[in-house]
Amino acid sequence: MFFSKLLYNVKSESKSSPDEVINISSLGKVYNTGKIKFEALKGVDLKVSRGEMVAITGPSGSGKSTLMNLIGCLDTPTSGTYHLRGEAVSALNKLELAEIRNRRVGFIFQSFNLLPQISVYENVEMPLLFGGVSRNKRKAKIVDLLTRVGLEERMEHKPTELSGGQMQRVAIARALAMDPDIVLADEPTGNLDTSSGGDIMNLFQELWEQGRTILVITHDPALAKRAPRRVEIKDGRITMDTKGQ
Amino acid sequence: MYKPRPGLILYLFFSSSRVQKKRAVLTVASIAWGTLSLLLLLSFGEGLGISTATAMRGIGNDIAVLWPGSTSLAWQGLPPGRPVRTVIEDIDLLKNRVQGLAGAAGEIQNYGAGIKYNKFESNATVKGVTWSFGELRNHIPAPGGRFIDPMDEQQRRRVAFLGNKIAEKIFGQEDPVGRTLYIEKIPYTVTGVMMPKVMMGNYNGLDEDQICIPITTFKAQFGINNLQMIIIKPDHPDRMAFVLEEMNKVLGAKYRFDPTDKRVFGTWDTVESTKGHRKIMSGLKIFLGIIGALTLIIGGVGVANIMYAVVKERTREIGIKMAMGARRTWVTGPVVLEGMMYTLLGGAVGLLMAMTLIIILGKLPTEGNEAVAMLGKPTLSMSIGIVSSAILGVIGLIAGYFPARRAASINPAETLRYE
Repeated sequence: MFFSKLLYNVKSESKSSPDEVINISSLGKVYNTGKIKFEALKGVDLKVSRGEMVAITGPSGSGKSTLMNLIGCLDTPTSGTYHLRGEAVSALNKLELAEIRNRRVGFIFQSFNLLPQISVYENVEMPLLFGGVSRNKRKAKIVDLLTRVGLEERMEHKPTELSGGQMQRVAIARALAMDPDIVLADEPTGNLDTSSGGDIMNLFQELWEQGRTILVITHDPALAKRAPRRVEIKDGRITMDTKGQ
Repeated sequence: MYKPRPGLILYLFFSSSRVQKKRAVLTVASIAWGTLSLLLLLSFGEGLGISTATAMRGIGNDIAVLWPGSTSLAWQGLPPGRPVRTVIEDIDLLKNRVQGLAGAAGEIQNYGAGIKYNKFESNATVKGVTWSFGELRNHIPAPGGRFIDPMDEQQRRRVAFLGNKIAEKIFGQEDPVGRTLYIEKIPYTVTGVMMPKVMMGNYNGLDEDQICIPITTFKAQFGINNLQMIIIKPDHPDRMAFVLEEMNKVLGAKYRFDPTDKRVFGTWDTVESTKGHRKIMSGLKIFLGIIGALTLIIGGVGVANIMYAVVKERTREIGIKMAMGARRTWVTGPVVLEGMMYTLLGGAVGLLMAMTLIIILGKLPTEGNEAVAMLGKPTLSMSIGIVSSAILGVIGLIAGYFPARRAASINPAETLRYE
């Protein structure tokens, strides 16, 4: 046990700098539906360091959602390599991928994707349950997170009793529950009005300032502008990366 | 390192969104109906088995009835075809000499003896029997009476034990015990009446229509000393063949016939026929069980159907859980549990309905209807419970398993994108 951990650390350090969270090289994804072959990603290279906030933009159908699914380990690439904190994700089986999604990645969706039949508290609790966190630690964590997003008064409410902006804040609390290495947000303000969208953007700003690594896919130029680094995808390739400039 | 977490699966099961009530009720009803059919069929089979087994025992438990005939083999210079005429004293000889014998009785019949009581006159079968006949042939006295006892036999008393039907015919509503009945103009005192019983097999008529008197009295009155029937009972049913062999040896020595000659006595071995009956009954029960199980499978298809619908409805919910790191078993477990829940709930409802129906059916009067009486009362037994629960469990598991597999194959990436 001890040795394997040691070995793991050595390996990860030998491969990349300790600050590197995402290391993607010539990543490709082909959707094969039998009749039609669709190449969604045509060799993407991307490195993201700890504490970065990256906005991924691009027209619809450009492959940015595919990229997000691959980064979030919801899907597996057909070519290329992906290292998450030095670990080769492409080599993992389903069980290990589920573990990665639980511990390393926090998802935030355009349509919030909260479970409507359980309370706000239980929604945030779900990833902690999957991670096997003890009851007391869960409670402390959930109260802390919901306080941070300003919803400590709404813990026992059902998500359907909340406004869109509040639901998205619950989703953010849920995404942070397991202290993931990366937070992936897919059009987080897409379903919100301008003012609550602004609140969410401020929240992201705060999280970034606290040192979180955040990837945001967005059409929203206002949100994209607030990210220090912008990556643009077109036709399955990265066409612009402000870090490179 | 995989740790199964039943508690988590249970939590996920309870916190899943619920299906439409009407749909769930219909599914549960279909399982309940299937369970009801299965249980009723099985318990009717059980009831039929019990009543026919009781009827088989009407003649007596684990006995053999033998009637003397002729030899079929040559023996010690004597030719075959000699009749063997056993006498009353041979019963005591058998009791003393045959090993492994629990009891032996002799019987001589008079098929058309004249009967008279007050103005009632008729003919009936009168049989002279040894005192042990009553127990071996299940002539159980109704309260207030008794069968013929050893003293009756020893002292050649004129006492009679009546079948319940003939007693009713002669005495009507009167209590026959202690009254005087004339058999061929000789007065007999009635000592007892037989308890009613169902007989599936008989020889020379039903016991309920016949009158028993001590065999010694019978000999004195009718002058017949040769036994028509010998009834024997081994101390254990498995020893029947052995006891029959021993009996042949003892009587073969006395009457000089080959003890291996199986045709001297005609033999009705009720142990054998009980075995045959048991086989037929278990065949029937399996057949009824299969029909019931098939009905239940239709209910199972209903459960599988609703679970497929549930998985489809919860595609997004399942996708969300997968995105948060739910493992395969945490997705499939609750689905299987839910399928099991519908099945077991339906099973419980079906069991309640079956129990109610069986109690009601058990209260219905069956007197006067022989066919219904023979069909017996439907009976729920432990084995029916175990078999039914096993069938229900398997159906529930299968009905949940396939939809759960579909749930596990959901691709979260596709389900989470769009509204």
